[in-house]
Amino acid sequence: MTGPMIPLDQLKLGTRARIAAIDWAVLGESEANRLKQFGFDEGVSIEPLHLGPFGKDPLAVKVGRMTVAIRKAQAKAVKVTTEAA
Amino acid sequence: MNPLPLVAVAGNPNAGKSALFNALTGARQKVGNYPGVTVERHVGRATLPDGAPVEFVDLPGAYGLDPSSPDEAVTRDVLLGKQKGERLPQALLIVVDASNLDNHLRFALQLIDLGLPTVIALNMIDLAKRDGLELDSRKLEEELGVPVVETVAVRKRGMDEIMSRLNELLLQPRKIRAGDGPSHDLLTLQRRAREIAMGAIVRETPVRRITHRLDGVLLHPVAGPIILAAVMFLMFQAVFSWSKIPADALGAATLDLGNVIGQALPLGAIRSLIVDGVFAGVGAVIVFLPQILILFGFILVLESTGYMVRAAFIMDRLMSHAGLSGRAFIPLLSSFACAVPGIMATRTIDDPKDRLTTILVAPLMTCSARLPVYTLIIAAFIPAITVGPGIGLQGLILFGLYISGIVSALLAAIVLSKTAVKGGGGAFMMELPKYQLPRLNDVMIGLWQRAMIFLKRAGTIILGTTIILWALASFPQAGPGEKQSDVSIAGHIADGIHAVVAPIGFNKDISMALLPAMAAREVAVAAIGTVYSLDATSDQGVQSLEQRLAGRWSLATALAFLAWFVFAPQCISTIAVTRRETNGWKWPLFMVSYLFVLAYIAAGATYWTAVAFGLG
Repeated sequence: MTGPMIPLDQLKLGTRARIAAIDWAVLGESEANRLKQFGFDEGVSIEPLHLGPFGKDPLAVKVGRMTVAIRKAQAKAVKVTTEAA
Repeated sequence: MNPLPLVAVAGNPNAGKSALFNALTGARQKVGNYPGVTVERHVGRATLPDGAPVEFVDLPGAYGLDPSSPDEAVTRDVLLGKQKGERLPQALLIVVDASNLDNHLRFALQLIDLGLPTVIALNMIDLAKRDGLELDSRKLEEELGVPVVETVAVRKRGMDEIMSRLNELLLQPRKIRAGDGPSHDLLTLQRRAREIAMGAIVRETPVRRITHRLDGVLLHPVAGPIILAAVMFLMFQAVFSWSKIPADALGAATLDLGNVIGQALPLGAIRSLIVDGVFAGVGAVIVFLPQILILFGFILVLESTGYMVRAAFIMDRLMSHAGLSGRAFIPLLSSFACAVPGIMATRTIDDPKDRLTTILVAPLMTCSARLPVYTLIIAAFIPAITVGPGIGLQGLILFGLYISGIVSALLAAIVLSKTAVKGGGGAFMMELPKYQLPRLNDVMIGLWQRAMIFLKRAGTIILGTTIILWALASFPQAGPGEKQSDVSIAGHIADGIHAVVAPIGFNKDISMALLPAMAAREVAVAAIGTVYSLDATSDQGVQSLEQRLAGRWSLATALAFLAWFVFAPQCISTIAVTRRETNGWKWPLFMVSYLFVLAYIAAGATYWTAVAFGLG
């Protein structure tokens, strides 16, 4: 059973999830390219770890084995599902 | 003679590529630039097991062969044999981080596809073990079809095996062909990389990673910014207080040397050139070496530990209000040492508009070259009194000048990102690498290279302008009853400049200093010093430069001069590096103009306000 699909920026810190879909169309070409290079892909495990101290932006997420920082604006394009109990 | 065989070292950022390059080549390295771009070219030599010499080139870290920065473009072009100023490598050494295989293997797969003889360094294998990851490098070798060597670059483990594998590859006669660039779709490659990585992992025990625990503190919403502020505070304290003793010693040594050499020379033009020109001018600049080394020492350590990107992470939101990205934090911070490395550091900013804005405001950060100007004027005109417990007025003014620079830079960035450089922003994407202990060896190599760049500058541009200025200020010689600064060529040029800057309260001495200050700001001090020492009559000789200034300038003029230098139309080196980084004259000219206008307005406003308060 998997939970509902939510945007990455709404996932609670420390919650493990999987990338269900990425809305490549709303991202700029270079942003999309970078996300792919960071290993963003459907099925990859993801976990938000930290928020920027001012205005809760940007967002540090663990994607696969790597930790990367992205802004909320980009995180919105990544839809995730949590493994529901 | 045939050039040495060339081995390119390539890999993702944070794979430990430079540490491996340092371990292989030691101190036998050279830093230069690729023609036409300001991407640094690091080459070093080593000896193969069979005794033949080989050359390594450390390519800029990249995530792939589809570049999103000038650095990554160089990496791709070298590997495709299309980079000007570099021959096609005969072999490739790919560095991957053992604990980040799924990601780094993607780029490795792209690189293997190029068809060059290849060895893979499975680096930081010790850290992977620490994190509970056990890998089968033989399995990896089978899957990838190229030799895989386990390495720990910072402990020089695996270096001999790398060299012997490379030796074997270089001995095989093989036709080298330039590849055609990326052929596979990124996501397909990524999936294959993940499969191979999964296959190579023997066991994985989940452990709480050190990096994760450290980030819990260093990126904590409250503790994080406080720690960052403390680190920055320590850094500036260090730059100003730790450097005092070595700087004073250097200054005194230069002066002594100048005097000794001066006494050995006959009185006259040559002696004046050596003592008043060369030693006074270059000596005034060499004293900054300790400060620059301390600042770069901090920057190198912060960078190599992985803290620098955390600082960018913390600052990103605030920087975004000024239309910049968190990545601009590092270049702007470096600009406190000098805008030239600061502007060069903007290469790490992906977005071209963000990058341009950062370049344009970088000269507003108070660079260390402005410090001697500030110090001299403050010492001459601001009384050394305290205005509160432990707060001296002189220090307060200096702090105020730094703050004015920062605030103006942020305001300028806001205005620029809404007008001249519209349409940038929105992205901040960077990897947060594992924390690592800084390696003394790597930091020392970095510092050595910075010191050389600085000394070269002091030995060329600054030495040249000092000599030219000395000549302009010394000839023609003043007759009896005339002042040297009135009759010399420099004096006549200064008359012209004076007409323009008189309305903002600048006198002729300042006018004469402004022109050489374009070569390097710190020359302003040397210039005023040269002019006064050439003017001095024997009974004034014992007066210090500060005493002479205090007697000749009004307070309003001095304050206006300080305000001018907050915006200080930048030096030739800054203009040159801006031209190279922006590929044309448009932006450097724009930068010079807006800074001139700001400097003129700020100095004028300061002068007339001070005069209104009766300080004229």
